[in-house]
Amino acid sequence: MATRQSWLFRNHKLFEKNSYILLIGILIVVAIGGIIEIVPLFYLKNTIEKVEGMRPYTPLELAGQNIYVREGCNVCHSQMIRPLRDEVERYGHYSLAAESMYDHPFLWGSKRTGPDLARVGGKYSDDWQKQHLIDPRSLVPESIMPPYRFLEDRPLDLGTIQQQMKTLKLEGVPYTDSMITRAVDDAYAQAGEDYDVEALRNDYSKAAGRDNTVSVRDFDAVRGDPSELDALISYLQVLGTMVDFSTYEAEDLSNKR
Amino acid sequence: MTTDVSRDERLDISTALVGIVLLAVLILAFAGAANAADGQFAAQAWTFVISATAGLAGLLLWHETKAPTRRFDRAFYEEGVVKAGVVATMFWGIAGFLVGLIIALQLTWPNLFYFPELGWTNFGRMRPLHTSAVIFAFGGNALISTSFYVVQRTCRTRLAGGMWPWFVFWGYQLFIVVAGTGYLMGITQSKEYAEPEWYADIWLTIVWVAYLGVFLGTILRRKEPHIYVANWFYLAFIVTIALLHIVNNLSLPATLTGSKSFAVFSGVQSALIQWWYGHNAVGFFLTAGFLAIVYYFIPKRVERPVWSYRLSIVHFWSLIFIYIWAGPHHLHYTALPQWAQTLGMTFSIMLWMPSWGGMINGMMTLSGAWDKLRTDPVVRMLIVSVAFYGMATFEGPVMSVREVNALSHYTDWGIGHVHSGALGWVGFVTFGAMYCLTQWLWKRPKLYSNTLVEWHFWIATLGIVLYICAMWVSGIMEGLMWRAYNEYGFLEYSFIETVSAKHIEYIIRSAGGGLYLLGAIIMVYNLVRTARGDVPVEDRKRGMAAPSLQPAE
Repeated sequence: MATRQSWLFRNHKLFEKNSYILLIGILIVVAIGGIIEIVPLFYLKNTIEKVEGMRPYTPLELAGQNIYVREGCNVCHSQMIRPLRDEVERYGHYSLAAESMYDHPFLWGSKRTGPDLARVGGKYSDDWQKQHLIDPRSLVPESIMPPYRFLEDRPLDLGTIQQQMKTLKLEGVPYTDSMITRAVDDAYAQAGEDYDVEALRNDYSKAAGRDNTVSVRDFDAVRGDPSELDALISYLQVLGTMVDFSTYEAEDLSNKR
Repeated sequence: MTTDVSRDERLDISTALVGIVLLAVLILAFAGAANAADGQFAAQAWTFVISATAGLAGLLLWHETKAPTRRFDRAFYEEGVVKAGVVATMFWGIAGFLVGLIIALQLTWPNLFYFPELGWTNFGRMRPLHTSAVIFAFGGNALISTSFYVVQRTCRTRLAGGMWPWFVFWGYQLFIVVAGTGYLMGITQSKEYAEPEWYADIWLTIVWVAYLGVFLGTILRRKEPHIYVANWFYLAFIVTIALLHIVNNLSLPATLTGSKSFAVFSGVQSALIQWWYGHNAVGFFLTAGFLAIVYYFIPKRVERPVWSYRLSIVHFWSLIFIYIWAGPHHLHYTALPQWAQTLGMTFSIMLWMPSWGGMINGMMTLSGAWDKLRTDPVVRMLIVSVAFYGMATFEGPVMSVREVNALSHYTDWGIGHVHSGALGWVGFVTFGAMYCLTQWLWKRPKLYSNTLVEWHFWIATLGIVLYICAMWVSGIMEGLMWRAYNEYGFLEYSFIETVSAKHIEYIIRSAGGGLYLLGAIIMVYNLVRTARGDVPVEDRKRGMAAPSLQPAE
């Protein structure tokens, strides 16, 4: 070791004198780690738990998620409860991989400038959510959240919602043809307008495998065409509520990862 | 030189190709603008239309006015594009620091810095503007301009590709403008440091391939037998970023005339791919690229060879091999399978060694020239940047340990860690390189004022110390408060109590950021005076005062 140079030092001129060999060497070296870590996630069956109750977002909730992304809510709010005692007590059951399997991409977040939202659904009333979005400090004086007053006045743009659902279907989200055809009607129906609520409920209950999985009401308490506020609140109210934890065995070996 | 000698009217081939690309962009963008499904997409498409038109006009003007014999003359280095890069680096730096200061103030005094009627100024839209401006606009321009400079000098040949280097430069600025204005309009993929939507990603891919072509083409026509170590790092940075960018941004647009797209991967897979990307944006963009700067600018500035050739080899291959594995440490205790988390943590701890190998190689290059730390403030800036690199790359492995991460994740500690790397390492090494480049490119014997460099150095250092100490305190405090239990076994604090507890730290953080911005403004003033060729302050003083009164510099 002391006298003899290692193979790498003796032959490194191979890389230093041939730019293509250097280039290929770099590519091979950087590819290894990524391949070993990423590829198994696509074929190991226990990567995503088997759960009951997961369904695709309704058109109104999907539009709400788009607004959540547009406004960068994920910049300050995580959607990933870790299995630590304080988090489970503060926010609820730790998050499962299955709960974000229809999120393209994931919205787990990386920073909690505000609290985790993975299970915010049903925790606060629609009224509270509305007032809090419009003026956070009117409800929580020490809050540092931005105000989102403008959402109330903006009519919800459903112009491309069908194309969006088709795209997601192509990527593996189990939207049915009926769901896609009825997308705009479904959004109006869920926002409490006079549309066919039963069709909406049927489609998504079937996907979830259980009843009462869609909340239908006028989320922003303003009659007429759904606003962006309607959509965002409907999304917040469904977060973390889909999985049926009464049938989920957290301690089952197949759910241990 | 007279223009009438053998005037060659033929169109330069690289100029023609760039023109064809711009024409294609113009046509596609015009079609997009005319059929836009949403107003934001129309605005973005018009940005492309205007830029492509301006680019074509510029090409035409250049073709008509530049004497053919002087086009891309191989007897000279291409310095114009490097000069433009220096200007762009400083411009975007100031812009990025300013936006950072604004969003820091928003979190400190929300009632003063939020405007309910101006949704686009909210934190959620401004934060990606800040991160992209400092990482990709400031850092990216620093990397492109220094790599163009270094590869020419170390290969002793002009940049390859004729007009392509200029295409890379302006194409990259267009990407920045499209991305930044997009965030303010609410166009984002939500993935951190990969927010721009599908069309901006495609455009960046085209620009990046051109960048790789120019860089590799220059190496191919080198007049030195060996490829210099800085160029290994630049090459690793360019190809790996291309790989990461393409895989992480695989997505399907809902419509080809709309801005919204959906990532091909979902949930846990998209999370791991995102952080494989995200952590290697740190590893290859903010580390490998800037280590290349270290490997050229420090030896050059102190006129000493790189300390250890063998350490360079070990450090290079181990750094790029290990970095790629580290991503999952961003996902500890999440729904990502634990085996992946453990791999990520293990490699993150191993990463400490190559990182410090690089730090030692950079610092020890001063061997025999340690006095320059005292006499040349630019050298001090470069070396302190390497010291900050050492700090941040020690803190990182510590934070990647699962048990530490349980406390530090989601808190301000992460923000502090990022900024000790970003302000201390990336910022300072860029400042050092830009001081050097301005002096060298504009061919000045010295900078306009070393005293101002001193002021910049100390103001910025004070700013960094305030910033990272405030974030350590607030991050560890909130982490402990979140998990605190009272004597009855209940959670001690509500979430909002942990928010209000950080107010003082947020004030200190804003002050730190403000100082850092102030330092950069002083630097810009100094660089402008240097480039203009104004008589250096120290020389003027020397002319007036007795030499014996001069303190040692």
